[in-house]
Amino acid sequence: MNLSRKIFTGIATAAMATTVTACGGSDSSGNFDDSVTVGILHSLSGTMAISESTLVDTEKMAIEEINASGGVFVDGKFHKIEYIVEDGASDWPTFAEKSKKLIDQDKVPVVFGGWTSASRKAMLPVYESKDAFLYYPIQYEAQECSNNIFYTGATPNQQSEPATEFMFKRSPAAGKPFFLVGSDYVFPRTSNTITKAQVKALGGKVVGEDYLPLGNTEVAPIISKIKVALPSGGIIINTLNGDQNVAFFKQIQDAGITPSNGYYVMNYSIAEEEISTIGPEFLEGHYGAWNYMMSIDSVASKKFAARFKKRWGADRVVADPQESAYNMVYLWKQAVEKAGTFDDNAVREALVGEKFDAPQGPVEVMPNHHLSQTVRIGQINSEGGFTILEETGVVLPQAWNQKHPSSKGYACDWTDASKGEKYKL
Amino acid sequence: MNNSHTLKGRLSLFIWIVIIAALVSAPSILPVFRLNLLGRYLSLAIVALGVDLIWGFTGLLSLGQGIFFALGGYCAAMYLQLNSSGDFPNGIPEFFGLYGVNKLPFFWEPFHSSLFTIIAIWLIPAAVAALLGFLVFRNRIKGVYFSILTQAALLVFFNFFNGQQKLINGTNGLKTDVTFLFGQLVGSESVQRWFFWVTALLVIFAWCFSKWVVRGLFGNVLIGIRDDEPRIRFTGYNPTLFKTIIFAIAGGLAGISGALYTVQSGIVSPQFMTVPFSIEMVIWVAVGGRGTLLGAIIGAVCINYAKSLISEALPASWMFIQGGLFILVVTALPEGVLGWIQGNGPRNLLSRLGISRYSTTYPKVEIDQTQEIEL
Amino acid sequence: MQLIIESLFNSVAIGSVLLIAALGLAIVFGLMGVINLAHGELMMVGAYSTYVIQLIFKLPILKPFYDIYVLVAIVVAFIVSGVVGILLERTVIRRLYGSPLETLLATWGVSLILQQFVRSVPLAYATGFVVTIFISLLFSTFTPKKLFQGSRGKLIKAGALSTSAVAGVLTAGLLASLVSKLSRASARNVDVTAPAWMRGGIDLFGMTFPKTRLLIIFITIISVIAVSFFLNKSVWGVRIRAVTQNREMSECLGISTENVDLITFGIGSGLAGIAGVAVSLLGSVGPNVGVNYIVGCFMVVVLGGVGNLLGTVIASFSIGLLTDIIGSGRLLTIWPNMPHQLASTVDFFSTTSMARVMVFALIVAFLQYRPAGLFPQKGRMMES
Repeated sequence: MNLSRKIFTGIATAAMATTVTACGGSDSSGNFDDSVTVGILHSLSGTMAISESTLVDTEKMAIEEINASGGVFVDGKFHKIEYIVEDGASDWPTFAEKSKKLIDQDKVPVVFGGWTSASRKAMLPVYESKDAFLYYPIQYEAQECSNNIFYTGATPNQQSEPATEFMFKRSPAAGKPFFLVGSDYVFPRTSNTITKAQVKALGGKVVGEDYLPLGNTEVAPIISKIKVALPSGGIIINTLNGDQNVAFFKQIQDAGITPSNGYYVMNYSIAEEEISTIGPEFLEGHYGAWNYMMSIDSVASKKFAARFKKRWGADRVVADPQESAYNMVYLWKQAVEKAGTFDDNAVREALVGEKFDAPQGPVEVMPNHHLSQTVRIGQINSEGGFTILEETGVVLPQAWNQKHPSSKGYACDWTDASKGEKYKL
Repeated sequence: MNNSHTLKGRLSLFIWIVIIAALVSAPSILPVFRLNLLGRYLSLAIVALGVDLIWGFTGLLSLGQGIFFALGGYCAAMYLQLNSSGDFPNGIPEFFGLYGVNKLPFFWEPFHSSLFTIIAIWLIPAAVAALLGFLVFRNRIKGVYFSILTQAALLVFFNFFNGQQKLINGTNGLKTDVTFLFGQLVGSESVQRWFFWVTALLVIFAWCFSKWVVRGLFGNVLIGIRDDEPRIRFTGYNPTLFKTIIFAIAGGLAGISGALYTVQSGIVSPQFMTVPFSIEMVIWVAVGGRGTLLGAIIGAVCINYAKSLISEALPASWMFIQGGLFILVVTALPEGVLGWIQGNGPRNLLSRLGISRYSTTYPKVEIDQTQEIEL
Repeated sequence: MQLIIESLFNSVAIGSVLLIAALGLAIVFGLMGVINLAHGELMMVGAYSTYVIQLIFKLPILKPFYDIYVLVAIVVAFIVSGVVGILLERTVIRRLYGSPLETLLATWGVSLILQQFVRSVPLAYATGFVVTIFISLLFSTFTPKKLFQGSRGKLIKAGALSTSAVAGVLTAGLLASLVSKLSRASARNVDVTAPAWMRGGIDLFGMTFPKTRLLIIFITIISVIAVSFFLNKSVWGVRIRAVTQNREMSECLGISTENVDLITFGIGSGLAGIAGVAVSLLGSVGPNVGVNYIVGCFMVVVLGGVGNLLGTVIASFSIGLLTDIIGSGRLLTIWPNMPHQLASTVDFFSTTSMARVMVFALIVAFLQYRPAGLFPQKGRMMES
């Protein structure tokens, strides 16, 4: 009897869960004078769906929160935020196509979207040629500064540079040689170019680098290369993507490339979400660098995590990309209210200098359309979170990296017409 | 002319009138976004025509048409990139700077010339197809082995383009929207509208060309290869030559299609060489009706339009629908929609429902008699 | 010496994954001439079965046996993928015998549906679905034919079907209530973790041999032996080979070709399930897990020669060896004073992506020389 009741509740909860997701939670509460429709463009299918769907969840949550507190107040009216979710299908041209659709057909004032650099690079010309505005929430390789994109993720000097320095100077493997591993696309390649320049300047040595094609999970050749290049331990900088990490960490552990043998991996794309997928038992003792970590011991951070769990399920986690996505929705709302209109150009001007008390701490929009943020270095613990070891003050974003040979000495400033996208410092 | 023949003739005429009317009126009816989509789907119709030539008429199921499609796209994009990179450091496209490349790779050089590019767009894919085809056909590799090998070749090309950041910008692909053609921004509305007309004209041209190819002796040999290759060989024809030629033609069509698709979608990337995309091309033809040419055009445009509409409304369901379509077409509608209409499909359906007036007992005799009289 | 051992071990490790993945395909393609593009998705089904079994073994009742869950998973994955394969054969492939190109397209459609299925259906329900089909299959196989005949036949049939449906629903409900992770649909990749005794490596001759790799090699060896024993020694094996060689004649001799088709396809699919277990130990489990392997599997079968088990074995290990030698740039270590031009070429290909390009290009080149693979089938079958 007890069992059958349990079964029934099982079926019932599962059915409920399906209906809730199906309705998308755009419940109407409160009185609004008008509404505004924004675009959300992430991959809901294909290889990237795993990561990008969490951003859709977070953006929906932020919109619901804003609606619950009265919506966007513009021009004396309270606007309810509605959203259209489009599927980029993990396919870069599709991102461009859907962007055109959102801008031309649905006439949305803003699009929140993208994850991979390749998808952003595919979308960029669309937004520039139509003078529309994209908000992009992922830490990335920089070397780009568009007047039509607003970047809320970290630039390399807000993530990889402090991390490299930490590994070389203060980690247990300090002073040892580096090996760079990444997926074969623009972010790992550019990030590693920067790291190589930095390691050289620090007086260290990079003994090898290798790239795995996206979608390929045969890591055995890379592992043998690492063992040849680093016979007695060292630092591995890892920029592999999504599920390639699972294969990588399962197999390096088996091959004896572990912290106890003197190998330490610093990761730029493994956050709490990925740790729970890979399994903390494979990652314990390795490192990560982010602006936001779920273990930050502050009221704002705990509230953010609690709200997300309440909205999407107790077993869900929040991570840096989600926090960036959350921030960008709020920053857009603030800028619209400040500008008093949804018009792109006015919002763009209002946005610079806008401040927000994010879950990671205060952030501010800089003239180069990036955020000033805090950098944290953490060690992965057995519970699947980060033990925060170091925390910097607020770091200003560099759209043009100062260690990369092609961009040294350049900067970006959209508030000054004489400077613009790329000017010499 | 017998009954069914005039019916077929009228039907094709009718379909053509609808198509041309749609093409002429589209720019004034459709919003820019949808017009742009239509233009892209029309360009896909050209690659579908090629698939129909090799699969529908010659019986070669290639799962690697994406190679030639992407090659055409890359040719066009390389020209556009070079054409608009005068302001960048070293006068080479901007992305090279990201990887520390200062000198243009040698194979980019010829793409400074617009004449070379216009020829390369169809000649390079056709030449690659001819080489690949010759190597495979020479060994009498056919049927599913041919399909598997083309798929493997696709993977080779995909991995190569995907992995070579320093040569061709890897996964990111090459973008064309912010490049210039004759001093005009390629992504701008007027240029895109212009591309739409070019595409529409080229589709009709490609159809006429394909129709011409499958006419007469050449076409008969192709159909002969499809139906009984050894017999064609014993008759004294060399199937390898015919197969290589038709495969090269299909490759060239794919190249043109890829170039048109690239300039209208604003990017060419190794994603064009993924396995699913090339298999989709086959299903457009299968749904439209293989061996009909017109069916390939209809299939390519309709399925893609349906895809974009459905995936906007219900993103998750498209995979189910597409998968179902594959199974349905193969098991229940092997001739495709157009083949079904042109054949006895509707009449069979009607007679099954008890509506048809036609006698289905001896239709053959009647038809044969009239044909003899006409002859 | 150490270098040679290490290189050999790596080649065998890569090759055995390819082999176990291609083994089922070699049977289905080689013996039935069926191109199953959904083979990768049958592997995915096996990988997801491992995941479900792992979660079930985490329940308090079964916790003490957690260490052996992988072994249970191998059996379960074989059955589950086999059942899905049999269902596929009965509904789709049976209609398409004799037209391989059509089969190819239809199975591609199936693979798309299966991929989306695991994304949008909670795994608990999917399990219930498989249980339903499994039980009804058991009924139809083991109930005497007589019972289904006569006036009561239909009733009994309906009874059997509803019993299996109820069993399926109960399983689904039970799983959904006991394991919350299975009650929600998710497009996310999931994680299969080997029990502690299977992680890490064995140190020998100053080298580390990963235990999971050793296990996979072991599974592969056992599977190959079992398959060749089954095909060569068992009654059904003889029947399968008879049907492959001459369908009409076998039918005349009283072999039920329908059952032979079903069993051949079921076993091929079941082997894909076992491959799924192996793959899940190496990487993550997701809807796309099969896509990465399918083309490689076909290359193994074509290279080895269709319908030849030994060829398949040799082909997978040669591909493994090539991948390792080219991908890890070992030639440079072996021959450090290589001429500059050659060295830069070797270096150019010594990444995993370029190694793949090179290996496939070499295979295509080899097929120029031996179009029918390493061990061509002899006789008149080739023209078909």
